[in-house]
Amino acid sequence: MSFDSATVQKIARLARIAISDDEAEKLQGELSAILGWVEMLNEVDVEGVAPMTSVTPMTLKKRRDEVTDGGYAEKVTANAPESDEHFFVVPKVVE
Amino acid sequence: MYEEARETDPKKYIAGAAGDWELVVGLEVHAQISSKSKLFSGASAEYGGEPNDHVSIVDAAMPGMLPVINEFCVRQAVKTGLGLKAQINLRSVFDRKNYFYPDLPQGYQISQFKDPIVGPGTVLLDMKDGARVEIGIERLHMEQDAGKSIHDQHPSKTYVDLNRSGVALMEIVSLPDIRSSEEARAYVTKLRSILRYLGTCDGNMEEGSMRADVNVSVRRPGDPFGTRCEIKNVNSIRYVGQAIEYEARRQIDILEEGGSIDQETRLFDPKSGKTRAMRSKEEAHDYRYFPDPDLLPLEFTREWVDEIAAELPELPDEKRARLMSDYGLSAYDAGVLVADQASSAYFEKVATGRNAKLAVNWVMGDLSASANEKNVGLDQVGISPDQLGGLIDLIEDKTISGKIAKDVFEILLAEGGDPRTIVEDKGLKQVTDTGAIEAAVDEVIAANPDKVAEVREKPRMAGWFVGQVMKATGGKANPKAVNDILKAKLGL
Amino acid sequence: MSKLSDLTIAGMRDGLAGKSFSATELAESSITAIEAARDLNAFVTEAPEKALEMARTSDARIAKGEAGPLEGIPLGIKDLYCTEGTLTTASSHILDGFVPGYESTVTANLWGDGAVMLGKLACDEFAMGSSNETSYYGNVINPWRNRGSNKPLVPGGSSGGSSAAVAARLCPGATATDTGGSIRQPAAFTGTVGIKPTYGRCSRWGIAAFASSLDQAGPITRTVRDAAIMLRSMAGHDPKDSTSVDIALPDFEAALTGDIRGMKIGIPKEYRMDGMKAEIETLWTQGIGWLKDAGAEIIDISLPHTKYALPAYYIVANAEASSNLARYDGVKYGLREQGVDITELYEKTRAAGFGAEVKRRILMGTYVLSAGYYDAYYLRAQKVRTLIKRDFEQVFETIDTILTPSTPTAAFAAGEKTDPIDMYLNDIFTVTVNMSGLPAISIPAGLSSEGTPLGLQLIGKAFDEETLFRVGGVLEEAAGFDAAPENWWA
Repeated sequence: MSFDSATVQKIARLARIAISDDEAEKLQGELSAILGWVEMLNEVDVEGVAPMTSVTPMTLKKRRDEVTDGGYAEKVTANAPESDEHFFVVPKVVE
Repeated sequence: MYEEARETDPKKYIAGAAGDWELVVGLEVHAQISSKSKLFSGASAEYGGEPNDHVSIVDAAMPGMLPVINEFCVRQAVKTGLGLKAQINLRSVFDRKNYFYPDLPQGYQISQFKDPIVGPGTVLLDMKDGARVEIGIERLHMEQDAGKSIHDQHPSKTYVDLNRSGVALMEIVSLPDIRSSEEARAYVTKLRSILRYLGTCDGNMEEGSMRADVNVSVRRPGDPFGTRCEIKNVNSIRYVGQAIEYEARRQIDILEEGGSIDQETRLFDPKSGKTRAMRSKEEAHDYRYFPDPDLLPLEFTREWVDEIAAELPELPDEKRARLMSDYGLSAYDAGVLVADQASSAYFEKVATGRNAKLAVNWVMGDLSASANEKNVGLDQVGISPDQLGGLIDLIEDKTISGKIAKDVFEILLAEGGDPRTIVEDKGLKQVTDTGAIEAAVDEVIAANPDKVAEVREKPRMAGWFVGQVMKATGGKANPKAVNDILKAKLGL
Repeated sequence: MSKLSDLTIAGMRDGLAGKSFSATELAESSITAIEAARDLNAFVTEAPEKALEMARTSDARIAKGEAGPLEGIPLGIKDLYCTEGTLTTASSHILDGFVPGYESTVTANLWGDGAVMLGKLACDEFAMGSSNETSYYGNVINPWRNRGSNKPLVPGGSSGGSSAAVAARLCPGATATDTGGSIRQPAAFTGTVGIKPTYGRCSRWGIAAFASSLDQAGPITRTVRDAAIMLRSMAGHDPKDSTSVDIALPDFEAALTGDIRGMKIGIPKEYRMDGMKAEIETLWTQGIGWLKDAGAEIIDISLPHTKYALPAYYIVANAEASSNLARYDGVKYGLREQGVDITELYEKTRAAGFGAEVKRRILMGTYVLSAGYYDAYYLRAQKVRTLIKRDFEQVFETIDTILTPSTPTAAFAAGEKTDPIDMYLNDIFTVTVNMSGLPAISIPAGLSSEGTPLGLQLIGKAFDEETLFRVGGVLEEAAGFDAAPENWWA
């Protein structure tokens, strides 16, 4: 498996990380090498093997339907880079 | 592979410039699960609230926060699945749907992708023309709602409120079995009614408790499916109809001019009644679904499902069948009544222990007319089931005639009160004293010798005499007595 | 022992109980040691005032006879743990200025038992690394040096601040986290003890997530006993973590009986890698001998899927990380770089906020989950994971614990490993247990030819940390590892 720089840019866009052409070129080589290395998994016969869903044998924990949290908008927005009257604020989003 | 479940009635085809078109619609309805707290956090799921007040640090996706599922929401989803006569999957899986959006604080939505909690089911529609249409449900899955982005608070900024973020939703996906805007509306109406009966969603579309993504395509009858467009977030049943009609026409116009349909996401603008492509042309979505490693598969037993099934309330289709057999309601009337739980409850209170036919006539007649006029439910017209029942009792025991009853109904509507007292106070009691009626009949006959001659030629004229006698008695005479005496005196 | 801060947790506990010194004196001693050791760069945030305040509270509780099991013990906290009111960075630029309004469950458990917080310890950015060279706040330096050399060595990673601080006697114990070896490898590189408990033993709530299905909290200490004491306070069921297990919490310290007669120790042939350094091989053989001498039975075993654990790990861990780190988007907290629109804001913020290794892993994780590749990579890796776990389940039907080297080498020099895969290979002996959810402990067992520490690892059955402490205690005693780094930094 080898990456071209268009694939690197496409993946970076999906991951919302801006990367320069130089970075893309470097990543192209590194990611190709890593993916080449993980190809070794193709040697394993996984026919009929169930994928792992939980390493510990347990059932999903559930909670009761009660309001036990919230009511602290100040705390929620305390670390926000930009906020106004307890709203988070971002540049205008066009739908 | 989807096999088409039904053939379209050619009457439903849409006429084009050159030949007919067939409409194909599938709906994804997002219904908010009625619960106190959110799907994966203990914050309030209540509508409204001050900005970011119904938000926990879990909903705000602070570092290290983890989801724990609300057991009641699972129960609600299973209950809904049972109400849709659907397959309940004893094992389902929560997946992460990854995408970036300011009102999606985690950068992913916890949803169910490959293994939903509910599999195939059906919804039956009773159309106005008496037709019964079966719409297939493909699946129902649970997921988190996103927060709200507010675009009109500031000229260059978007404000984000996470109060809805993490509220439990059921996404109910229909098969593309819908063939007209009317059916689409009937489908959403029926679905809403089922959810309300079950108590699993309040169906309040104004508050966003139910929203529909509408998939619309057109094709020449007999052709394979055309390319579809998805109209996102339509929030009223009327808009669902309007959006479909506009979108079908738009697609037909494009195809008839030799164009082709772009598969795209569109928005419906209620003001203009049109749909438009979303401006944020997102690159082909790649949601990178994978099982949420913070959660385990959701598993429960058949016994638990059976327990929930045993507690299910009577649902619209069963109630409809029962109303038809118990009270002799027509299919359509029964369908209308059961659509709204309060209306059918009202009807049953009125009809129980009374003449069912009278109850049907009054509930579906005058009461429904008033309800429609006021645009409220039957139970909110202002006449209680006891009052209407009392009125019907007065008709039944011949205290008043049907005609007088209409007057009493108007009084009840305007002033309220007890029907029997009203009848007594206003002297509206039916005259059954044959002597008094005979006197009135004699008077009418004596005053109209020409009509008497006429009626002997044309017996249908008798009705005119009945009217005159009723008028003379202020409508209080027993109509049957009037009829009998008149017939005897006129020798008919 | 010249300074209070040189004591172990057990030593401090005994001294406090015997009123030989106060919690405040302990805290002061540690604070002094920390201030003198800034060249190690172990701390992102020192919290001396908080430490003294907590120590005074501990003294008051001790005076009232209400001391908790860790009362007055000063600890360092890996900066992945959210601490209420104290800057928490995960050693990443993207969490600039983030002060949590909440306390992680594990640290809350520690404070509940009376422990005192000295500050926040550096780590690899979001725990992604094996050398502590990916922290935004600079490299952490290993207190150990190669014999006769001033060249800085790495303290291991990702919990390199924790291992360095404990090895340098800045604190007797520190919290750490282990996703692929991030507790055991730094412990091995610094001559300290590190245990990764069974997945589900400690709550993950309030610890910035790297890979949810692999992350597990644990302690780094100087002795096996201290690890047992500290783990007991950290662990326990948490209703806020769906993967936290609700089972009884044993008294781990009581497991240190010193008696391993008749226990069956597995030696997996697949861990004898081609080209493994002779000194590692020698150490391992020595370890086998110590256990045999103590009356244990040595059994050769096979874990056939061992070599696939590392590539499968890099698929699973990076896939989960790509999703877990999506929340760092410049909207709710931390760094924001302005953009003309929201997409540019995201892209610039994440470009500036994440370092190269984190970006590399997010991109790889994004790729393996993307349309058309899921089955080939992620799904296959999760199936391989099932096979790896099955290998362990089969051998554990007949044995009690497994002995392996902790790492393939001793600590290397900063800047020495530049190839990502070369760096990833550091975790080759540790990553299998994360893939299987099992507990494992690294115990200092000897010195390399360069005079730096080497560790041996014991792998246990799920929720059988007691056996690890029991066998670990015997190993520790037999190894008699009492070397300490020369104090060149103060």
